[in-house]
Parts: sequence; C-alpha cells; structure tokens
Amino acid sequence: MSNVGIVIVSHSPKIAEGAADMVRQMVGDAVPLAWTGGDVDGGLGTNVAGILEAIETAWSPAGVAILVDLGGAETNSEMAVEMLPEDRRARVLVCNAPVVEGAVIAATESSGGSSLAAVKRSAEEFYA
Amino acid sequence: MSLDRVARERLVRALAASVISHADELTSLDQAIGDGDHGLNMKRGFEAVLAVLPGLADKSLPEMLKAIGMTLVMKVGGASGPLVGTFFMELGKALPEQPSRADLVAATEKAIEAVKARGRSEAGQKTLLDVLVPVHAVLAGGGDAKAIAAEAAQAADRTTPMQAIRGRASFLGERSIGHMDPGSRSASLLIGAAVETLEFEVNT
Repeated sequence: MSNVGIVIVSHSPKIAEGAADMVRQMVGDAVPLAWTGGDVDGGLGTNVAGILEAIETAWSPAGVAILVDLGGAETNSEMAVEMLPEDRRARVLVCNAPVVEGAVIAATESSGGSSLAAVKRSAEEFYA
Repeated sequence: MSLDRVARERLVRALAASVISHADELTSLDQAIGDGDHGLNMKRGFEAVLAVLPGLADKSLPEMLKAIGMTLVMKVGGASGPLVGTFFMELGKALPEQPSRADLVAATEKAIEAVKARGRSEAGQKTLLDVLVPVHAVLAGGGDAKAIAAEAAQAADRTTPMQAIRGRASFLGERSIGHMDPGSRSASLLIGAAVETLEFEVNT
C-alpha cells in the first residue's frame, strides 16, 4: 500500500484511539494508520518510544503524516522524527492541525493517493 | 576539569537527587500554570537514569551525558523530556572528554541553541531558557560555582512575574503571571546540583 500513513498522537490514549476509529470509518483500510497516547506509565502524556512505534506501524513509502494535540505531543513527535533513520526522516511530517479533524481530513486526502505534502496541506488548510 | 568514574557517578546522583527530592514542589508549581505533571515526569526520567547508573558512569563524560539525554527523552514525556534531554545530548556531543572551562562555555552555548530550536523559543517566554541563558552568561563571564548557583536560583525567581508565551502555561495568558515557571525551577535545581558537585571535585 503506497498511500501516505497517518499517525495520531494525543496525551489521552482514549482520544487517540477514538480519533483513529473515526479515521477508519472514513477510509477503511485504504490508509496505513496508527495511534499512540499516554506517558510510559500509562498516565496522560506522550512518549517518544510510543510515537516511534506508531510511525513504524503506519509506515508507507509515500511517507507518514503525524497529527498531534497539545505542545508536548508536538515536541515529542519532532524528537521522534529526528531519531528515525536518515532515509526516513524527510518522509515524516508533523501537521499543524487539530488532532481529530486533521486526522480525518489527512486520511481522506491520503486515501485518494495524494502526496505527503498534499496530505499535510489539506489537514492544515481546512481549519486555517 | 577531569571527572573520574567516582566523580561522574557522584554528579549523576546529585542531579537525580535534586529533581527527585523536589518532585512535589515541581508538581505543585506545574499545577498552578500547567498540567501538573512536571515533578512526576522529571522524577520518572531521573529514576530511569539512576537505574542504569553503574554502567552510565563507566562511560566517558560526553558519552555519559548523551546517554542521560537519551534516557530523559525516552522516559520523561511531556515537552520537558525532549527539551532537557536535548540539552544533555547536545552537551555530550559538544564536550571533549576532559573539558576546559572554555570548552564548557562553548558546549553549553551549543546545547542552549539546540533547546531553543527544539522548543522554537527564546529567553523571555517563561521557559527553562530563562534560567539557561543568564546562567550561561555568568559561566562565560568567569563566575565561580557559587555565582552560577545563585544566578540559577535568581533567574528561576525572575520567571514569576513573566507572562508565558510558550508551553501549556501560555494558554492562561496573563493568569500565568505570578507563578514561577516549573521548567525554570527544575533547570535551576539541576544547575545548582551540578556546580556544587563540580566545585567539590575541584576542591578535592
């Protein structure tokens, strides 16, 4: 599958999972999808290891778009991207968009075969 | 400055103890203007550092700092994991095994630049940079351990009247005024512990 993958990162695992459910309802299995949420002890927060794992799960040769909620999710996601092997780094982008709406819009764009840049743009423009 | 294995272990224990023993204070500072997890997160991170300590102190100073940074990045969570972790990692990358004071000044500057880039922030926005930047100025100006520790504590105090521009506290706008920034407090604790230990090393 060469559609752009979508990763959902929220401080709350319930929000991340629920947003992923909404994405699946829109696009079925047409888009590689993974979610992660919570700190390493299971409390509210985000963690780099979980984000790296989610990127791996949703990996696509077309790249991966990450949707995040609050600041720490963004900082941890950017850290995770930098820790990827060099050949993958440029193919993962963190989107500046609301996590739920952005994920659904990004996935819908991806399901039509759009490029990573187009997927990111759609997610970001919708609420801009 | 040359830190042998014993000194490296003492340094790490002092850094960890400074944060762990103040975890409740950091959490209550964060409850006032953030999401209330800073103490818990930093404690978790430094407990993970302590858990790998015997092996950690076997490494050279630069490698040890990089390993501490990586552990903090992976374990702390929140925005402070990548921010504090990046500081340690970049310090490790920039320092030689037996750094001179000039090396320390140069490496700290690089590490601070990396923290700015990671947080897309500058001093004046009520973040740990409001401690790191003025402390660096004292270090670069030749200040001794006591002057550095004093500046760290005062710099953290100076974040109290600031309005937060970055981080969760910025959502509060003017209501963030009147509370010390938790990240500045933890940075000042770590700096205080570091210089106290290093001075001890120099004197003995």
